[in-house]
Amino acid sequence: MTAHKFDVPALLIALENKIETAIKERNIADPLIIGIRTGGVWIAEQLHHRLGIKEPPGLLDISFYRDDFSQIGVNPNVKPSQLPAHIEGRNIILIDDVFYTGRTVRAALNEIFDYGRPNQVLLAVLIERNGKQIPISPDCSGIVVSLDAGLRIKLTGPEPLAVETQFVDVAA
Amino acid sequence: MTGNSQLNSEGKLKHFLTIEGLGKELLVEILDLAESFVGMTDQRIKKIPLLRGKSIVNLFFENSTRTRTTFELAAKRLSADVLSMSIATSSTSKGESLLDTIRNLEAMYVDMFVVRHGISGAAHFIAQHVSPHISVINAGDGQHAHPTQAMLDMFTIRQCKHDFAPLRVAVVGDILHSRVARSNIQALNTLGVAEVRVIAPKTLLPVQVETMGVTVLHNLTDGLKDIDVIIMLRLQKERMTSALLPSESEYFKCFGLTEERLKIAKPDAIVMHPGPINRGVEIDSKVADGPQSLILKQVSNGIAIRMAIMAMAMQKQGSV
Repeated sequence: MTAHKFDVPALLIALENKIETAIKERNIADPLIIGIRTGGVWIAEQLHHRLGIKEPPGLLDISFYRDDFSQIGVNPNVKPSQLPAHIEGRNIILIDDVFYTGRTVRAALNEIFDYGRPNQVLLAVLIERNGKQIPISPDCSGIVVSLDAGLRIKLTGPEPLAVETQFVDVAA
Repeated sequence: MTGNSQLNSEGKLKHFLTIEGLGKELLVEILDLAESFVGMTDQRIKKIPLLRGKSIVNLFFENSTRTRTTFELAAKRLSADVLSMSIATSSTSKGESLLDTIRNLEAMYVDMFVVRHGISGAAHFIAQHVSPHISVINAGDGQHAHPTQAMLDMFTIRQCKHDFAPLRVAVVGDILHSRVARSNIQALNTLGVAEVRVIAPKTLLPVQVETMGVTVLHNLTDGLKDIDVIIMLRLQKERMTSALLPSESEYFKCFGLTEERLKIAKPDAIVMHPGPINRGVEIDSKVADGPQSLILKQVSNGIAIRMAIMAMAMQKQGSV
């Protein structure tokens, strides 16, 4: 069992480079950055400056779109999503901190499509780890890692951004 | 049933029957959650999948326009399947008892009842008798309580005034017959406003109204001094069994809210009314349609607040 150390500034540079390449490859014009609360929003803020995008990043709270509402109920800290009025036809760069099961992204896509029909959505994450449960994968990742099933990782921030790791009992 | 039997063993909302017994924290949680639903109007599809697959029955034994339609819209925006029953067209009018009606609807795998009834305590009674997985929301029972109206009023007040602590609120008119007044007074006191004033003729006040934590006044002109929020009440003629008033015009002369009288309150005072309004009886049209009136805002807010309450009551219920 190895304890991973994540160098967030280095991961941000790696992710920025990958997104720049993807923007060129896909001919993405006038992209709209959307971060998933809360870690994804911090990353989105950073990338929005680095990539020189003028339009402020959108903010997505997926609490109402989660597939486990009947098990865990409403998140008491839920905040309204803040997306521009026109999602229709936009090129979206959707950003999250950690890609794990894929369920968060599924919920985020459902919510985005309730606001309108984007032209395309590119998924960019700081850390892509093993454990996906549905057929969704990131287009750009700062790093791809294979972690012990019992290891949970979480971005803390916003200043400074750091990655917290914690072992949980998965026997149950 | 006490207020606390609305909560499950974890202190979470299971039924929503009355404001009585609910803590400030829970009321604020409802207001905060409703806040997050307000933004939904920006969405192309005004729907979120929170209650998908749940069945909600609106059981209205009394007439209603605003409450029934906003409950129905709220349920639909949460993606629940909702059925609105007017009792005039149901088997109750053929002699079926309330409990039998409930049992039959339960047999159709319903998850929530939204109940309006002319008899005080009807929603509590249903909550005591339904299966443990079912939630009951009180949409107004007799002269007892109308807690979702109180919460949407609190939401509207918070939207305009932000902080409850410094506010002086006047509740004006037919307090005696008003479930809205009772629930509003409880909510305002729980949220900790500076003062709740009731202004009404003696014949339209319940006995020992002072015990509800209010100051009592019988003169509207004196009563509106320093007031931030005015909640006008409808004169409920249908519930009056004896002659409590000389006439409607006499009532308007003494207790009707006119532009003139509104000037006595603070310049930024807001005017609210749960509807339906009787123009020229308790409120002048110029005030009802004027810039300080939030009457239609209250209606819009009714959707978000009812979404919040339904979502909270339908959360996983501990051991059930």
